[in-house]
Amino acid sequence: MSAYLPVAIFAAFIVAFAVVSLAVAWLLRPSRPDPVKLMNYECGAEPIGSAWVQVPLGFYLVALIFIVFDTLAVFMIPWALVLRTAGLPAFWVMAGFVGIIGLGWLYAYREGVLEWK
Amino acid sequence: MTLPPIAQTAVAAFVLLNVVIGLVTYVTLLERKFAARMQSRIGPYYVGPHGLLQPIADALKLMMKEDVVPSSADRWVYNLAPIAFLVPCVLIFATLPFAPGLGLADLNIGVLFFLAVSSLEIVGLFMGGWGSNNKYAMLSAMRGVNQIISYDLPFVFAALVPVVLAGSLQLSAIVTAQQGLWFAAYPVIGQLGFIAYLVATLAAENRVPFDILEAESELVAGFRVEYSGMKFALIQLGEYAHIIATSYLGALLFLGGWLGPGPAWLGAGWFTLKAMLVFLLLTWVRWSFVRIRVDQILAISWKLMLPATVLLLLVTAFWVAWRSGGGA
Repeated sequence: MSAYLPVAIFAAFIVAFAVVSLAVAWLLRPSRPDPVKLMNYECGAEPIGSAWVQVPLGFYLVALIFIVFDTLAVFMIPWALVLRTAGLPAFWVMAGFVGIIGLGWLYAYREGVLEWK
Repeated sequence: MTLPPIAQTAVAAFVLLNVVIGLVTYVTLLERKFAARMQSRIGPYYVGPHGLLQPIADALKLMMKEDVVPSSADRWVYNLAPIAFLVPCVLIFATLPFAPGLGLADLNIGVLFFLAVSSLEIVGLFMGGWGSNNKYAMLSAMRGVNQIISYDLPFVFAALVPVVLAGSLQLSAIVTAQQGLWFAAYPVIGQLGFIAYLVATLAAENRVPFDILEAESELVAGFRVEYSGMKFALIQLGEYAHIIATSYLGALLFLGGWLGPGPAWLGAGWFTLKAMLVFLLLTWVRWSFVRIRVDQILAISWKLMLPATVLLLLVTAFWVAWRSGGGA
């Protein structure tokens, strides 16, 4: 895990940078709030209702297909590393797997899931 | 006097952070000058010679600006979003080797780390859009998540092409594998992979023609419409850091990283030069094309780029497996 220590330190520095710059800005900037200024921006009109609305189902379907292919990517990463030693048999196994997922993709395509409505 | 290893690491991390922030602020000037040239303008000129101090003036201005938090916003989510957005965007620089041995952490899974951390930016993006409680911001964040996860896949598969060719996820090993020939120069595979990488980058960075997220004419400024002052600056910083890191990765995966003529110490210079060329290529596209619609963007990803990049990866893998002749 020691290889990740620099990454953790770097992440801590980035957070520190963000916090310090926000703190400095907090010291330097003016603060003159008034109710109209603090209203949500909507081209000058008074916003009607909250923006926290329900999500159309289309997003859900895109996310589902995304998970399928992201899993494929996860399987492909170790496979890409051993390809040189494992050779063509490993290639054909993965080709068959991609073929099965490809059928799923084709099904989603024909069902119109990939259309944005 | 030598410092203990952990202090050395801390110094290196501090230096890298400063380099990244300096680079990012000056790349904004580069982009503005480049865009101005494309449109027969001069661009920033008055602050310092040829506008060279403009980025510093911008940073100071944003720091002095009043910070307006909408009264109906979800304060915690709203205030944490810029930090959540900035951290992954800058963190991906950690694994980039700028020259042999010159990098913070040359992880043995460098590419995977880069891909995993770089897509974490959507958490901060959605926090910003949701926390603002603004309809423009909300729509933009929804579009953003939808688009970024759609283009993440072609991006990953395009980035795996050099991994298959090099047989390693370590970024420095991928550069070393290109000693004979840059991967972008491999017939057909390399060029197609590079083009797919560039298109997926454009989309993942929400650049024109894929900038439906901030589409000025419909969504004003997208998910950051309610942000002002330093929080806005952090989001902009994160966005530019992300695109520059992705340009660096593109230069590393396809254009041979630090490889180039001349002595070894020029390596970081060559690498930066190539990364800037990739960045200017993306900027060139940005200032040349018009925005495309949401359904077109998703169709390009799911119906064309995804199957095309998977097929490209399989073809590359077949070639590598067949040539190495391992296994049976």
